[in-house]
Amino acid sequence: MLLRHTPKEVGERKAVTINPAKTCQPIGAMYAALGIHGCLPHSHGSQGCCSYHRSTLTRHYKEPISAATSSFTEGASVFGGQANLLQAINNIFSVYEPDVIAVHTTCLSETIGDDLPQIRKKAQTEGKIPEGKYVIGASTPSYVGSHVTGFSNMVKSMVEFAEKTGKKNGKINIIPGWVEPSDMEEIKRMAKLTGVDTIMFPDTSGVLNAPMTGEYKMFPDGGTTVAELKSSGDSTGTLALGEWCSADAARLLDKQCKVPCKVLDMPFGLKATDRFVDAMRTIAGVSVADDLAIERGQLVDMITDMHQYFYKKKVAIAGDPDQVIAMVEFLVSIDMCPVHVVTGTPGKKFEKRIKEITKDKGFEVNVKAKGDLFLLHQWMQNEPVDLLICNTYGKYIARDEDVPLMRWGFPILDRQGHQYFPTVGYKGGLRLLEKILGLLLDRKDRDDPEGTFELVL
Amino acid sequence: MATATKKKMVQWEPADVKAELLKKYPPKVARKRAKQIMINEALENETPEITANVRTTPGIITMRGCTYAGCKGVIMGPTRDIVNLVHGPIGCSFYAWLTRRNQTDAGTDGENYINYCFSTDMQEQDIIFGGEKKLAAAVQEIYDLMHPKSIAIFATCPVGLIGDDIHTIAKNMKEKLGDCNVYAFSCEGYKGVSQSAGHHIANNQVFRHIVGENDTPAEGEFKINLLGEYNIGGDGFEIDRIFKKCGITNIATFSGNSTYDQFATAHQADLNAVMCHRSINYVADMLETKFGIPWVKVNFIGANATAKSLRKIAAYFEDQALIDRVEAVIKEEMPEVEEAVTEVRTRTEGKTAMLFVGGSRAHHYQELFKEMGMKVLSAGYEFAHRDDYEGRQVLPNLKVDADSRNIEEIEVEADETRFNPRKTPEQLAALEDAGLKFKHYDGLAPEMEEGTLIIDDLNQYEAEKLVELMKPDIFCAGIKEKFSIMKLGVPMKQLHSYDSGGPYAGFKGAINFYEEIDRLTSSNVWSYLKAPWQENPELTAAYVWE
Repeated sequence: MLLRHTPKEVGERKAVTINPAKTCQPIGAMYAALGIHGCLPHSHGSQGCCSYHRSTLTRHYKEPISAATSSFTEGASVFGGQANLLQAINNIFSVYEPDVIAVHTTCLSETIGDDLPQIRKKAQTEGKIPEGKYVIGASTPSYVGSHVTGFSNMVKSMVEFAEKTGKKNGKINIIPGWVEPSDMEEIKRMAKLTGVDTIMFPDTSGVLNAPMTGEYKMFPDGGTTVAELKSSGDSTGTLALGEWCSADAARLLDKQCKVPCKVLDMPFGLKATDRFVDAMRTIAGVSVADDLAIERGQLVDMITDMHQYFYKKKVAIAGDPDQVIAMVEFLVSIDMCPVHVVTGTPGKKFEKRIKEITKDKGFEVNVKAKGDLFLLHQWMQNEPVDLLICNTYGKYIARDEDVPLMRWGFPILDRQGHQYFPTVGYKGGLRLLEKILGLLLDRKDRDDPEGTFELVL
Repeated sequence: MATATKKKMVQWEPADVKAELLKKYPPKVARKRAKQIMINEALENETPEITANVRTTPGIITMRGCTYAGCKGVIMGPTRDIVNLVHGPIGCSFYAWLTRRNQTDAGTDGENYINYCFSTDMQEQDIIFGGEKKLAAAVQEIYDLMHPKSIAIFATCPVGLIGDDIHTIAKNMKEKLGDCNVYAFSCEGYKGVSQSAGHHIANNQVFRHIVGENDTPAEGEFKINLLGEYNIGGDGFEIDRIFKKCGITNIATFSGNSTYDQFATAHQADLNAVMCHRSINYVADMLETKFGIPWVKVNFIGANATAKSLRKIAAYFEDQALIDRVEAVIKEEMPEVEEAVTEVRTRTEGKTAMLFVGGSRAHHYQELFKEMGMKVLSAGYEFAHRDDYEGRQVLPNLKVDADSRNIEEIEVEADETRFNPRKTPEQLAALEDAGLKFKHYDGLAPEMEEGTLIIDDLNQYEAEKLVELMKPDIFCAGIKEKFSIMKLGVPMKQLHSYDSGGPYAGFKGAINFYEEIDRLTSSNVWSYLKAPWQENPELTAAYVWE
């Protein structure tokens, strides 16, 4: 057994986290910053942070992840990292020539109290930021929240670009949250189909699923441009997808430029996608395209066609709050039973939402925010499930418990597809359902006795 | 066009390439980098000087990681029955969780914590009020849950800054628990200039807290320790297979596929064979000073290198039966290796490679490329010191800068009861006369041809430039470099994690490596980068459809 030291009996742990279902803020900030066109993320800390984040994102996307670091030494940790950051800004603009440097802090620079806005100001007055280039910054202490918080903080700092000219641009801002480049592309496609002009930020499509051409572009073609970020202050409204990932930025934009916002769940599954499309249509004042209605119908078709195979199947799920909330709602909506639900990210609201969604559905739910995969595994030992939905780390549990695993979330280190095939929207719903069915039916085909082995399912 | 398929042999002078690499840098950066780029003169003992083990310039996209990564990730990660508890915010423990491919064989019910990730997950209140209580409680919780024989505590950046006394906590918990050895590592990420400092911090503590803890006599003949072998991709498994076949007893591997008891009994070995010089040569020195165990440098990467290393070990023991057995094993293993290399050599002969990895690996892998008839155009290390480039003779003249001074050097004396010189000075001298060199390492430079470029702490920009200018057939580095090189149309092999491949050590490993490099450098998949209409954009055939 891979996790042979995990006892079935669930005991209280106050101090140790085992097999986390989260990581730290800066990696989220780095991922978000990659969604700005021509942006080089910069980690203000010791070089290990940057190295770890780049490695993890690279393994997840199988794409180059460029980011720089302040390479703190012991001296910088004592005297402050200002000199390192100023030097870094100068070197980065000289050597890599990005349009934007997006600096995020680390537990190191936060603990010593480096003042990012002050350092940026100093860089500006010392002429280290060339004309037409930008340095933005987000405070992302690793000891607060999780990688999701870091993502949200960096997206929030993008709002700094927004300008209110007084002339509306007729567009809708969409803040997609921490979803895959393929998902961002899909959300844009759905908006286009509906006839809604959008500004999406961040947008990692075309950045982290770039083609192989024999040419290396440190700054690929994709990403939200600075011009778009500036224009976001003139949009009709903002749709923020995910309370944890996107709401803060949307509310700040509302406060700063009076762009009204609506915070929605991430559009995973039927109902959340319905709400997203409906909100988009309402804000833009357009009618929903037939094509989108057809896609919806196809998803409902597959749900009704194959209902018997997933009906009442038990699921354990771990992931990030916004994603898990939408996924649990999807599972419940098609009569599956997400009995164990964990996120590593803190937030009592998470537990409340999951309890609301699963209320009176005929099963008891175990739910924990700020939980870990160790706990999820213990729950699964006590009440076995038919399917585990988790990032790649789930495969250790899945193998020990002999449960099918649907890889979904971050990071996925051992399978492909998340860069290219969306799981948001109706099309994404079809893909999720296809994956779930594939796993359940493969298991059935493996386990059915020869005498009752079925050809047609 | 930068594709591999369309490339022309570019005539380049090393000095021109060097100038090109430095051209875009601000003057200060250029001056510093110039000292870390050496045009090799391939002269043993008289190579030009290279600057190494110095700070990375802020903003320059480095391949390096941090001290914590070197300590917890590299050295302590592979020991399966020690619980690694990371004291800090969650990230550091998360990123080091299973990502180093530390393979192990614990049997069906042995202790194995490698698949687990333990963290105190420090929160804001812990940073403000101190995390000592939480750390002690975490140790207790782990003990109550799993009863491990040992718990190692690792400090992350904020721990050193807020002043948590992890060593006292460890000491107190060790006393409290009674049957669990608890110790701590002050391996904050900001210390030193690279992973190398972390290796040192880890090894010092292993030496101080574990080595020599178990005097129960270790069984077996021709007892050695293998130092600096991390069992990436099962390298250690293959080396152990060969040792077993030769009748050599490997008491402890530092630290691939290792256990607590291996370290604890390591002082009983009669020879230390040092694989990765960078990460562990000082442990070999300490084992010699304290227990009287001599050390020799070995290299099990490459079939010929493996044979040579086995012969070294056999020569040391001066036992004819062992010498004969080693020869018999080499004779038995080599035909398959030779068959494989002859087959791939028809395709790999004359091809070129670049290697930028580790603190010893860029050296070790030269052997394998040579066996395939490939030329290494440029190589360097991420975290090496000058002796790893130029040889140990530079050691007395190394300048100790502020960053290195902060890394502890343990003062070791001969153990009162257990110091036992394995060979007399006369015996050692006789072995030296016969060609066996002790405490000897020539470094990377003499291994490489004249006019090749040796580059320390290569960065993203220089890597891209080098590939563009010199167009190697294969580039070897780590995961962060992998895909930017591949986008240029050049095959890339990770020599940290082996891209899920391996083993590449020993005889079977050599065959795996030949096949892997052949796959990478001979495949058609690199020829599809341009679509037909991009290859021939003119519309000459359009009339056919009119």
